[in-house]
Amino acid sequence: MLVRRWESLILVLLVGVCVWAALGVDGFANTSNVSFLLLDTTEIALMALTMTFVIVAAEIDLSVASTLGLSCAVLGWLWNAGLGIELIMPICLLVGALCGAINGLLVTRLGLPSLAVTIGTFALYRGLAYVILGDQAVADLPAAYTSLATRPLVPLGLVAVLGVGAAVLLHATGLGRAVFAIGANQEAAFFSGIRVKRIKFWLFVAGGAMAALASLVFTFRYASARADNGVGLELAVVAAVLLGGVSIFGGRGSLPGVLMAVVLLGVVRNALILADVANEVLNFVTGLLLVASVLAPNLGALWRRRFTSQQEVS
Amino acid sequence: MAVLALSDVSKSFGAVRALRGVSLKLEAGEAHALAGENGAGKSTLVKILSGVHRPDTGQILLNGSPVTFGGPADARHAGVAVIYQEPTLFPDLSIVENIFMGRQPRTRFGRIDRAAMAEQTGRLFAGLGVELDPEQAARGLSIADQQLVEIAKALSRDAKVLIMDEPTAALSGNEVARLFGVVKALREQGCAVLFISHRLDEIFELCQRVTTLRDGTPVAEDLIADITPDDLVRRMVGRDLDALYPKQDGVPGEVALEVHRLTREGVFTDVSFRVRRGEIVALAGLVGAGRTEVVRAIFGIDRQDAGWVEVGGRRLRPASPTAAMAAGLALVPEDRRQQGLVMDLSIDRNIALAGLAEVRRGPLISRAAEHARAQDWAVRLRLKFARLSDPVGVLSGGNQQKVVLAKWLARKPSVLIVDEPTRGIDVGTKAEVHRLLSELAVGGMAVLMVSSELPEVLGMADRVLVMHEGRLVAELPRASATEESVMSAATGRTAA
Repeated sequence: MLVRRWESLILVLLVGVCVWAALGVDGFANTSNVSFLLLDTTEIALMALTMTFVIVAAEIDLSVASTLGLSCAVLGWLWNAGLGIELIMPICLLVGALCGAINGLLVTRLGLPSLAVTIGTFALYRGLAYVILGDQAVADLPAAYTSLATRPLVPLGLVAVLGVGAAVLLHATGLGRAVFAIGANQEAAFFSGIRVKRIKFWLFVAGGAMAALASLVFTFRYASARADNGVGLELAVVAAVLLGGVSIFGGRGSLPGVLMAVVLLGVVRNALILADVANEVLNFVTGLLLVASVLAPNLGALWRRRFTSQQEVS
Repeated sequence: MAVLALSDVSKSFGAVRALRGVSLKLEAGEAHALAGENGAGKSTLVKILSGVHRPDTGQILLNGSPVTFGGPADARHAGVAVIYQEPTLFPDLSIVENIFMGRQPRTRFGRIDRAAMAEQTGRLFAGLGVELDPEQAARGLSIADQQLVEIAKALSRDAKVLIMDEPTAALSGNEVARLFGVVKALREQGCAVLFISHRLDEIFELCQRVTTLRDGTPVAEDLIADITPDDLVRRMVGRDLDALYPKQDGVPGEVALEVHRLTREGVFTDVSFRVRRGEIVALAGLVGAGRTEVVRAIFGIDRQDAGWVEVGGRRLRPASPTAAMAAGLALVPEDRRQQGLVMDLSIDRNIALAGLAEVRRGPLISRAAEHARAQDWAVRLRLKFARLSDPVGVLSGGNQQKVVLAKWLARKPSVLIVDEPTRGIDVGTKAEVHRLLSELAVGGMAVLMVSSELPEVLGMADRVLVMHEGRLVAELPRASATEESVMSAATGRTAA
């Protein structure tokens, strides 16, 4: 109920901001700007897909942007070493999956909180990226791929296909149900025969692999493989997921909501940049939206708790 | 004059009228029971007396004069103390520190006066006849001991009214006796006690007067001396109750569950038994004897250190609920709110949760199949609900338990394990659950039941296994199982 209302709110907000920007901001409402702003959200959108699963399962992964950076560094390093790009790409995906697997093992086998684990690997993977590639930028990448990545339909098509797949997986399959159950009450999920640890492990692996996929898009889009690619993106990803109505406590949320929130954040950013708003204000607005998105559902829940369901509470 | 009284109190939550025209007088030196099925309004009444809720209409009278409790602090200040089923102590603080939390006595120099605290605690414990080390940390105390600490805390505040909301639900027989000893002593010292319990024998043992609520309305106030337990049940449910333990005799068939020398170090040792199709086997014992831990290990929640479990002749992979379920086991766990159900999920999704593979069409979940599964079992178990898409948390305790049962029965298990199947649920639903278990056994299911309620054990089981301190100490067939034989085995007085 609340989720649906929240999604509608995001949609209204998105339409409202678009209308305001189209009328009031010069250079917003034209094809090239719109396709540019959408293209600019590709990596965030991709990582938000798997992050939605992770947060719905009441975990978090703050290392995704560092995984992206590490994958970029591996790409640049292997390219310099003379390997073919068709071979490098699957290796990058494996590296990403491995990063996710390390997170997953630390969380599920050692029972460590994912917040602490991924803050650690956030530094670890980024550090490793610098060790591998130093501060050089590998830019002589094959033109076939760089031009592919800058053609809006290709990355957006990728997001669309994976987005539909992820939405079906989360909302219409047994795995999705299990993820919601884990996030809402891990113990009851375990007592229901759901393989809690195994599922969480694979969510982290998928998150790592997705970050690597995002790194390929990123690298080709900017035609530059650097160790500092995507610094800070993890916050944008988490912000989009929470703004999209996923509960930070797990167990609630929807993928369509998250995708709308990704676009909303992209539009706001783009419109503010076009309106010559200072970068500091940009960050302020993003932060404000994030705080509001975490606060609002909880205020709602508090309000509801005050007026209902008092009879059964001991 | 009553120490604390309610006069014509009503309270609604939204459209739900939780209490209607309730009057109640708590007299000094009297233990007053509050009886009623789940959802009858008992908890709401407690919350009004303890200042959590404010009545919509009517008055609270303290020593005859109307008062308004703006919050729990006001009620506490007026001398009202509530002891809950689950005490809320700070685990890392000592008993003394818990008792004086927030109002520690100070020395002249403004430091916490530990000596005064220790001395007062000693006096309180001596008065209560409690033998606990006041410097011990609260962590590791049994629930019964924690409740005694809560009572001491209440007395240190000069409580005049003690409200006990199902304090015995998690206690063993001895612990209940000790708690009652303390409460009787308090009563004699002039405290007014309001006592809430689903166990009628406790009401009859402890109280002088009983007020019965039904659907938020007071239906009767009786002197305990004037009525029988049957009368009380009739007042609570508003009709004559069918037998509470409608046990039919089944014909034991082949062995469905075999537990062989199961051991979990420090928890239980060398536990072996069999359950046949068509029989109900009860696992009895005191709280802490290791019964719940044994069924957890059987179902694969915890890993055993030695021994194995066979279902239908095939040995189970240890520590895997998935394997246990595939073999035909089902476990209705002890804690339905935390382990049995996902409170945020709807009724139908909860029922489907243990059988996600069975509500699929191709790779996708079929909403229709999920709904049909829930509908089918809701009707069979006579579940009271508005919509199957409502969150399961809005149901009463008894109906929540039915949802847990539906969730597992829908899998058509060959062995059903139920851990405290009727804890905290009302008498009417209790009888329904008992009838259901009996029918399932007659229909060929093997049922293993953990229960702390002796009447339930004796009323329902074909065989009673008794555990004491982690070991199986007795096996009693239905004919020779009596309250005395089970209790003496459970307390370790006899070994079989």
